[in-house]
Order: sequence, then structure tokens, then C-alpha cells
Amino acid sequence: MNSEAILPQTTPAAAMIRTLGLIAAICGLIIVAAYQSTYNAVQENKRIAVERAVFKVIPTAGSIVEYAALPSGEVEKVGAGGSVPAGALKFYAGFDESGGLAGIAAEGAAKGYADNVRILFAYDPATSRITAFSVVAMRETPGIGDKILVDKDFLASFPLDATISNDLKALANAIVTVKHGTKTKPWEVDAISGATITSRAVGKAINDAAQALLPRIAPNLDKLKEKS
Amino acid sequence: MSQPSEKMSARNWDEFMEGIWRQNPVFVMVLGMCPTLAVTVSGGNALSMGLATTFVLVCSCGLVSLLRKLIPKEVRIATYIVIIATFVTVVDYVIQAVSLALYDALGAFIQLIVVNCIILGRAEAHASKNPPLAAMTNALGMGVGFTIGLLALGTVREILGAGSLFGVSLFGADFQPWVVMVLPPGGFFVLGAWLLLFATLERRKQRKLVETAQNA
Repeated sequence: MNSEAILPQTTPAAAMIRTLGLIAAICGLIIVAAYQSTYNAVQENKRIAVERAVFKVIPTAGSIVEYAALPSGEVEKVGAGGSVPAGALKFYAGFDESGGLAGIAAEGAAKGYADNVRILFAYDPATSRITAFSVVAMRETPGIGDKILVDKDFLASFPLDATISNDLKALANAIVTVKHGTKTKPWEVDAISGATITSRAVGKAINDAAQALLPRIAPNLDKLKEKS
Repeated sequence: MSQPSEKMSARNWDEFMEGIWRQNPVFVMVLGMCPTLAVTVSGGNALSMGLATTFVLVCSCGLVSLLRKLIPKEVRIATYIVIIATFVTVVDYVIQAVSLALYDALGAFIQLIVVNCIILGRAEAHASKNPPLAAMTNALGMGVGFTIGLLALGTVREILGAGSLFGVSLFGADFQPWVVMVLPPGGFFVLGAWLLLFATLERRKQRKLVETAQNA
């Protein structure tokens, strides 16, 4: 220990403010430099992550376009910033190599066993069916809840019927998860025995998102089909 | 352990080894348990968390040490936290730029490096009293020690709980994983087992010392 430590020291307020200001300025510079230099890579990573997820549920798609379904019933392309207007629902239109509409993908979420199960599902407008889903994020128990990705009977529930009702307000039949082995209708999801809560979350996530989104898309399908 | 001839390098070596062995943050000081238990579900996660923490440790200890004569003691904790938070923000962006999957796997624990007591502890107990080179060497040792601790947990948990190591399957498709090992309780089991092992070794060493003393 040096002798200075024993003497009573009082630091003037100005010195403290000066030091704190200096350190805040240095730290600010470091943060801004890091943000600027990683910005492009981060945006690129996010774009790739979205693309990869959409291509997984719409395997025939070669390119994707991001759209927003507005509450007024219109659809419009999402700008480069990626933000959608309030009340609008974001979805992705996948186009195949020849430029035809291969499918529509959208996100849904519902409460699972541990946390929200966020999924991305694919809708085929030609047959009005939900063809596949993938998990965006979940914290379900490994070995139990994550069976939704591999369980054969559960995955055999797809494609699900998602016909829109005649008044174009909702689905003709709500998508529901039923007890394992009791699926009889094309809009029912066969639950995994032992992972019922997670199975129900997938069904509910698809249903909630499809009920809100698909009726808005239906009148605009022609507009979506012409790419560019 | 070899003794480097020069006094300076001997001291540096000592500073470096302190964190790896004598004062290992995980197994000796039992610090930073929040990330230690939470992110070590796989070897890869453990390694990335260890490297991220090491980077923050070395950079913040270096900067704290550089500025140590400037920082009034009344506001030193606030200063340290600002410096640590800066480097955590840098790490946050870098991990997002490297891999979003890794960023999602580590979750909130990247931001929580700010309040990792190993880092604030090093800044307060070591970096604020030593020149930059010694502070950074010591911080590097601590960081490597922390990484080794995380890896010791992460690899064991991944092998037992998922039957793989760094994502490579070890036992083939017939392996029935011991799922609880990748769940939160598994972290406590594995940490407990490691601490038990080290305590047993320590006790055996002391018993031998006593025996040799009695024989002599």
C-alpha cells in the first residue's frame, strides 16, 4: 500500500465529472464503432435466417418477397426497413423458379409448456392447405416437447385443410389439436401422446395466425401471383 | 511446473496461472454461476460463452488499468460498469454478426456478462491496482480458467444429455440420451460432481503431505 491511501483524499466534483465524461466518450466511441462495423453483417445474417426458414417450409420456392396484410384488406410489399404498419400482419410469398407463387409463409405463436412456441407455417393457396411448419423458437423440454419436429404421426397431420369460409371472414373449420389417434378430419392435428401441451401450442399457433391472416390474403391472391 | 528464468516473465506466468488453477473462477472461487449453469448445455455454447467472457474480461481490465490513475475512487464502480457494459455491447454485436443461431442459443446471458461478478471482481481487485500488461495477463488467465470450467461442464452435459460432442454424434442412433443432463438440474449434478472430484483430490494431497511429514 502506498502512503497516499492513508491520507484523507477529497476529489473535487469537477474532476469526477471530467473523468466520467471522458470515459463515457471513449465507451461511446467504441460502441458506435462496433455497431457500424457489424451492421451489414448482422442485417445479412437476419435476412439469411428468414430465407432459410421460409425455404424450409416452402421447398419449391426459389425467392421470397416480404408482404404486409393491412387491416383495410390490402396487401403491400414491405420496404427495405422491414417494418410493417400498425395492425398489419407480415407474411412471406415464395416464388418458384418460373416466377409462379409457390406458397405463403407466416409466423404464429402460442403458449407451450415452457414458453411461447413460435412457428413458421406454409400455406398453399392453390389447394387451400397448410402444408408444413417449422419451429422459429421454443424452450420446450428436450426429448419431450421437441418431438413435434420428428414424431411421424404428428407430422402426418399435415397438410391441414385451411379452406376459407364463404363470407371470407375466417377459416371454414378451425384448426384444432385432438387427442392422439382420434384425428378424423383434414383440419385436425394429431397430438403426440406425452407432449400434448406442445402439440396443442402448434395447432393453436397455426389456427390463430391463419384465422387472422388468410382471409386478408384471399381477395389479393391475384395481385400476389404477379411477381415483381 | 517450469520456472521461467526472468523475474518479469515468472511474474507474468504466475498472473496467468492464477485464474487457470489456484483461483479458478468456476471450481475454486465458484463465481459466475449464473452463466456457468445456464448456458453449458453443449460444448459449443460453453466455448462461445467462455470466449465472449474472456474478451470482455481482457478488454475491460486493460482499459480500467490504463485509466486507473484517472478514476476517482468515489465513482470507480460506476466507471467499471460503464466500461464492462461497453465491451459486452461490442461482443453482443459481434456474436450477432458471426451467427444468429449462437446468439439465440446464448440468449440473455450475453447481456448478463455485464453483471458477471468475475469481471467486476477482477477490475476492482486486480486491474485497478496493476499496470495494463499484468492486468490483462491476469484477466486472460481468469478468462481461460472460466472457459475451461464452462467446457468441463458443457462437454460432460452434451455427451451424457445429447450423445454428441460439439454437435458431432458420438454413439449413433441407438443411444438413449440422459435428457436431465441438458435440463437445468443437470448443471447442478455435473458441477457438484466436478467440485466433489476436486475436493477429493485436494484432501488426498493433504493426507499425503501429513504422512510424509510424519514419516520424516
